[in-house]
Amino acid sequence: MNEQMGLLFDASECIGCGSCYEACKAENKLPVTNKDFLKDHLSDKTYTVVEQYGDLYARKMCMHCAEPTCVSVCPVGAFTKTKLGPVLYDENKCIGCRYCMQACPHSMPRYEWGSTSPRVKKCVLCHHRLEKGQLTACAEACPVEATLCGKVTDLVAEAKRRIKENPGKYYPHIYGLEEAGGSNVMVISPVPFEQLGYSSKVPKQAMPDFTMQAMEKIPSVVSVGGIFLTGMYWLTKRKNKIAREDNENGEGKRK
Amino acid sequence: MKKDFGKITFWKSISVIIAVIGLFSFYIRFSKGLGSSTHLSDFVPWGLWIGFDFIGVGLAAAGFTIAATAHIFHNHKYESIARPAILTAFIGYMMVVALLVIDLGKPENFWHPLIMWNIHSVMFEITVCVMCYSTILSIEFAPVILEKYNFPRLLKFIKSITPGAIILGVLFSTLHQSSFGSLYLIVPGKVYPLWYSSFLPVHFFISCIAAGLAMIIFEAYLCARAFGQGLNIRILSGLGKGILIVLCIEFVFKFVEIFTVGKAPLLFINASETYFFWLEILIGFVFPVWILTNPKYKVNRTGIYFAAILTISGFMLNRMNVCITSLVRSSGQSYSPSFEEIGITLFLVMAAMIAFKVVVEKFDVFEPEEALQEENKIAENGEMVLQKQHVN
Repeated sequence: MNEQMGLLFDASECIGCGSCYEACKAENKLPVTNKDFLKDHLSDKTYTVVEQYGDLYARKMCMHCAEPTCVSVCPVGAFTKTKLGPVLYDENKCIGCRYCMQACPHSMPRYEWGSTSPRVKKCVLCHHRLEKGQLTACAEACPVEATLCGKVTDLVAEAKRRIKENPGKYYPHIYGLEEAGGSNVMVISPVPFEQLGYSSKVPKQAMPDFTMQAMEKIPSVVSVGGIFLTGMYWLTKRKNKIAREDNENGEGKRK
Repeated sequence: MKKDFGKITFWKSISVIIAVIGLFSFYIRFSKGLGSSTHLSDFVPWGLWIGFDFIGVGLAAAGFTIAATAHIFHNHKYESIARPAILTAFIGYMMVVALLVIDLGKPENFWHPLIMWNIHSVMFEITVCVMCYSTILSIEFAPVILEKYNFPRLLKFIKSITPGAIILGVLFSTLHQSSFGSLYLIVPGKVYPLWYSSFLPVHFFISCIAAGLAMIIFEAYLCARAFGQGLNIRILSGLGKGILIVLCIEFVFKFVEIFTVGKAPLLFINASETYFFWLEILIGFVFPVWILTNPKYKVNRTGIYFAAILTISGFMLNRMNVCITSLVRSSGQSYSPSFEEIGITLFLVMAAMIAFKVVVEKFDVFEPEEALQEENKIAENGEMVLQKQHVN
């Protein structure tokens, strides 16, 4: 985890210029979807957005969770958490069940609804750039210190430093440090996070744990159930047979 | 039946209309994609089709409950409905699988779970269980076909592996019936609290038992109308009693949980979810339980049929609530199915009903009571003779 790369978004520093949005579009060769970037929304053609909340701005994109829900729920393993940090999607494996979209605690995956062979689309944390030792396109384009790209441990330290050294400037929480078990993308903000459209309902636990609670019972259900049913099959069959024999013998004597 | 083949009846015209709508919807779905044929979106990725898969699988539950009652617990009273129950399950599963594949964004990749495994995924577990259980259902139903076409050796082989297959079938069913509930365990922040529960898989399992039994009663009613072959009132009231017990267990379980987890205030606030929840309780619990405990109706065919239809409706509403109603608030978008979604669903339901009718007409699915008893006696005697020889 400490060697993994991630992003830190500081809402108090963001000036809402849209450089990250434009850089993301260019880097991922995505078509223009809206003339006014502030009015755009995440879609199969837009991996990150800048949303305006009063005089504050908030970026939205895939959080690249440490224990991603999408990786855990995909029946064919089309998602992988890479060593470098990005959560990536393999369109050749995908069957299109959309469980990843239903399950994602941050509701980030988008779908190519218009296509007859649709793919899931989301931020890829510029893995191709990270591999070359470069920063993500959005972090490189940011003219201020609102979007930082770096090692997750460094980013956490930086977020803590900013909160500590500027008392009163920040709401005392790092969104993404614990949400859904932690993610590689983190946010700090001067106001509570739901005011910037970040879900406050995301549990602190890693999401795959919720499923494991049920899945780990499968071996015992199968073994106990199997023994019980086989036992009942044998017992009831024997019971019926004895009852029949008794019946028969009884009738025989009477005759 | 064959006499009025040429006549235009009400149901025949309805079928033709549904077939036309269905084929048209299929065309739109596969030529234009999910976006143009459904009202699904990034915020509502699952809709009517997934909901109907839940319903289809649940209503097919008699396939394992009755098979277990008759062939594992050797309760001979229910032997005569084991075949219709297994046939229902088989056709139900075929319908569900078809609908699942249609719902897939890349239906051509439907076979991927066979070679690409993710054992942490509930969806993967369901896929494997559904495939295995469908195979088992065909083993369980094979004797009906083989008897007719006279393959004694194959029949003997199939019959020898049937007990094992039935036990495996019960296990697979227990797993995937509950796993449809487990699908939602991972979205605690999204599902409305009245339906979210860490016991969702248990709720799904219990409720499918009642729904499956109700479905058998409903089918018996339809068959009685079509072929004049009603079910024995003893069996009917036995099934009714089963439904009653299961509904009560589910109700107590549900409400104890709601009160202990502190969700009780949600039962009385003014929200659309509250109304949907109470409607589900009213249709799926209060009415059928009232009928099934009423001394006048509980041994009365019409009463039991009504109770069964109510149980099925309440069950359908429950699954739709979990799948759609409970997610509206968190997704921030309402959803109603599109013309094509409804068209394809109706088409598959109709296809399933026709398939059931054709098989019932062609094969001995509903065995005449007396013939069955006769057969049982012969079998018993045969067994006894063998045993006596063995002792001697």
